[in-house]
Amino acid sequence: MMLALVMAQDGTGIHPHEGETLDDRINAAKVGDRRALARLLSSIENGEIRFFDSLNESPDWSILALTGPPGVGKSCLLDRLLHEWVDHGLRIAVLAVDPSSPRSGGALLGDRVRMSVVDDEAKKNSVYVRSVATRKTSGSVPLVVRDMACCLLEVGWDKVVIETVGAGQSEVRCAAVADRIVLVEGPARGDGVQAEKAGLLELADAVIVNKSDLDGAQRHANELRESLHLGSDEAPEVLLVSALHGTGVAEASSMLLSLKQSVRAGRARWRERLLSHHERLLLEHPEFDSILSKIEEGLMSFEDAYNQLRNQNE
Amino acid sequence: MDQPLRIVIAKPGLDGHDRGAKVVARALRDAGHEVIYTGLRRTPEQIIETVRDEDAILLGLSSLSGAHGHLFPRICETLREHNMGDVIVFGGGIIPEDDRSPLFEAGVRAIFGPGTTSEEMVEFIATAVQRDDAGVGHGAGWYWNPSA
Repeated sequence: MMLALVMAQDGTGIHPHEGETLDDRINAAKVGDRRALARLLSSIENGEIRFFDSLNESPDWSILALTGPPGVGKSCLLDRLLHEWVDHGLRIAVLAVDPSSPRSGGALLGDRVRMSVVDDEAKKNSVYVRSVATRKTSGSVPLVVRDMACCLLEVGWDKVVIETVGAGQSEVRCAAVADRIVLVEGPARGDGVQAEKAGLLELADAVIVNKSDLDGAQRHANELRESLHLGSDEAPEVLLVSALHGTGVAEASSMLLSLKQSVRAGRARWRERLLSHHERLLLEHPEFDSILSKIEEGLMSFEDAYNQLRNQNE
Repeated sequence: MDQPLRIVIAKPGLDGHDRGAKVVARALRDAGHEVIYTGLRRTPEQIIETVRDEDAILLGLSSLSGAHGHLFPRICETLREHNMGDVIVFGGGIIPEDDRSPLFEAGVRAIFGPGTTSEEMVEFIATAVQRDDAGVGHGAGWYWNPSA
């Protein structure tokens, strides 16, 4: 993966460090300085620096998105997968996304609580977990997460897994940030018609039905398989696992490592990336907040506001 | 707009009561900060690794077990050993008045007991991040005078 690094205009980070250049920080992160890495990621998140990457041309994935509705066990499953992947000798970084409050802008980032792998003395050096808030962006993953993922790859992590915010049926923005999308489902998620509905399911490269120990999981998996096979010859695999008991996790972890990109998602992926990029440009406009206030107070028409935000970025 | 502050709220030691920690985490969220909650029964090393990996600038410790006198200074010391002296440490829970000055000596910048308002905690945080001597690396020195 080719990367270029650009300094934005004078960033005002909350950790001013005298004499520390960006190169120092990157080099420190490369030799395993976790603090330097964490700060580098903050600089990207805060818009002080930006990573640009070119397309991943390799047949293997570097960035995988784990998505699905709230409460299906994404974090718990990811913890199990991390244990397996580290046993395979991989070094994996996780960007766990949780929502920011649209009112206060704050966030409670709780995915880390379920990551037992970071407490495992034998494995913790092969795993890096970073919680990320969505901040101002809409959708289940801010585009800046892709920059953060590319940075992690650049400093030597083998793969990056992005755990999205609990996502609804039409939430396909994760296609913009990842090479592969894995949809996690739970049992008893509605009748067979739910599986026929359009949306996220159509973009998934694999589907994992978690909580296989509960009633309805097998039936839901069957319905999903049936629905996916109706639509295409190249249906993604549907696996049943129990993250709680570990059943099926070993199979899922090796299936996911060799996961190929489904051909169905190509155009949609680019579409989501363009949309994310557009949103990001609007949000990064220096006058965004003041323009928003002007609309709110009736001092500016919506159309003028949008045009002003858009034109500055052309 | 200012970037939100990243704050770790941690439960060190063998203490299973986290209602207070969750209320604090929620209040700081509502004040616009990004709060990472560690969950129960963390060792000082696990807490410091979380602060490091999450690039938090503040660390809030909650203890109701009576072990604060051992755990809080140990965490402050470990932060300094790991070259993380700019992290600002504050604490809360059931911490008797007589136990507080050794904690301030160790570099804890505020102790909040029952009855503290969330406004006061938010005010402490806003004040502490403006100061250049609030990091745990500065050792004993300035600390917040709590109202409760």
